[in-house]
Amino acid sequence: MISEALQQHPAVTSVSTRIPGAIVGASDDLGEMTLQIAPARIVETCRVLKHHAKYIRLSGVTCVDRLPREPRFDVVYLLHSVELNQRLRLKCAVGGETPEIHTVTGVWRGANWYEREVYDLFGVRFIYHPHLTRILMPEYWQGHPLRKDYPIHGFKYSYTEET
Amino acid sequence: MADTDIFDPIPETYEPQAGTSRRMVLNMGPQHPSTHGVLRVLIELDSETIVKAVPDIGYLHTGIEKECEAKTWQQVVPLTDRVDYLANLSNNLCYCLAVEKLLGLEIPPRAQFMRVLLTEITRINSHLVWLGTSAIDLGAMSVFFYCFREREEILRLFEFFSGQRMMTSYFRIGGLALDAPRGWQKWVQKFLDVMPGRIEMFEGLLNENPIFKRRTQGVGFVSLENLLDCGVTGPMLRAAGLKIDARKDEPYSSYEKFDFDVPTRQENDVYARYLVRMEEMKQSLRIIRQAFEGMPEGPYTADAPKVVLPDREKMKTQMEALIYHFKIVTEGFRVPAGEVYQVIESPRGELGYYVVSDGTSKPYRVFMRTPSFGNLQALSDMFIGFPIADSIASLGSMDFVLGDTDR
Repeated sequence: MISEALQQHPAVTSVSTRIPGAIVGASDDLGEMTLQIAPARIVETCRVLKHHAKYIRLSGVTCVDRLPREPRFDVVYLLHSVELNQRLRLKCAVGGETPEIHTVTGVWRGANWYEREVYDLFGVRFIYHPHLTRILMPEYWQGHPLRKDYPIHGFKYSYTEET
Repeated sequence: MADTDIFDPIPETYEPQAGTSRRMVLNMGPQHPSTHGVLRVLIELDSETIVKAVPDIGYLHTGIEKECEAKTWQQVVPLTDRVDYLANLSNNLCYCLAVEKLLGLEIPPRAQFMRVLLTEITRINSHLVWLGTSAIDLGAMSVFFYCFREREEILRLFEFFSGQRMMTSYFRIGGLALDAPRGWQKWVQKFLDVMPGRIEMFEGLLNENPIFKRRTQGVGFVSLENLLDCGVTGPMLRAAGLKIDARKDEPYSSYEKFDFDVPTRQENDVYARYLVRMEEMKQSLRIIRQAFEGMPEGPYTADAPKVVLPDREKMKTQMEALIYHFKIVTEGFRVPAGEVYQVIESPRGELGYYVVSDGTSKPYRVFMRTPSFGNLQALSDMFIGFPIADSIASLGSMDFVLGDTDR
């Protein structure tokens, strides 16, 4: 699953020695490293990467909707190490009726708004998030606009009929 | 401040405990002039001191990321202009670089130098708007007028290059939209002659201005750990002493060929951020001068007939060029499946485009990691513990653009 060269990478070794089974896969396409993480292990993995592998910055959290696939969503964490001058991408596949994953706000406070954005636009719930509400869309909004089954122009309604 | 939960919302109905405190909740925005856009901040005050501040964003959300998924790769470029409307060319550049990385395109040196030249002018343009607006918030009226006069010249320069003052869309996937217009050297030369003296004038107006210094020194302090934790990037980190700049650390578009310094300060207050940005403008001028003097000759688009629109003359005389033109205009080009996270240093900090392709002629997902969104998360830290009057100076020093935040 993980190639020989990637297994020697310090970020991979620091995670795999401390949390066995956390890394499900790894790739190095176009010079950008991506680690597939088991969703249940994401908080521990982030903590290890921050404190033992020098990835002190979280650039952002986002999500990709791979609709026909199950699990449907890829939650993507963009990490940055200032000291090593390296970037790392973590991916967690989540799915089901109510997609959920644990929050990493305890590791980086800056994850707060990014996770709210993912919740707002994709409907992925972040468990134990301090304040999980919509951030960009209005509070009363129905649905999650960036999902692939949400039409680009929204759900049309008739102006003449009472809604 | 780190132990208090700053992200708790303030309840809608707020009842102060009689006789125990003099706290009140103040609503600032969404149409407050000092918020530079439509930002709403709920502030809880203990007499004059801010004890809690909750920013409320989303007023300018236009769903650009969703729209990108319905456009072809090239059609996304004009959308990126609208994200950060003060640094359009930086956004164009970041998106183009991301797609070019997926395509594996080699960009000719002339296009790369032209990109560097114009993004650095964009940086000066954006910093001028920041300087003018944040100075007028602190009462320096004349600085505002001078800054906007210079900005007008820069916008005219952009218009000369691309035909548009603000929404330029001058960078395209594979190079530039057009070659630089005839006589562009004269315009850039004039800009290079005039601008250093103007920056000196701004510094003369503000650097030793006692009112400006009293309003900015020691104001808006947040520790470097908290800034990093909140996801802040750009001049705010550099004013806190961290030498971080994507142009140096992860060079793109031939920035490694240019000689410039990354200014840093240690004070980490509003005044230090001001000094860092002023120094950045001077460094940008250095880069512009080098790009201008070393501008290579040659083509301005990559040699990729399946991606770049053919020359008008070729299209009318060669069958193949006509076919490619038809294909690109009607269907668009296909980008190999994959994903890429491209980072550049925009005037506000780390601008990143996370682009996912599924091998079709439309992007599967475009995530814009905009600097204002990350920077704004430090707003509560920056406000708490300072008097309400200082919040205006702090807000100005963050230099956010709400279009950039809400996308």
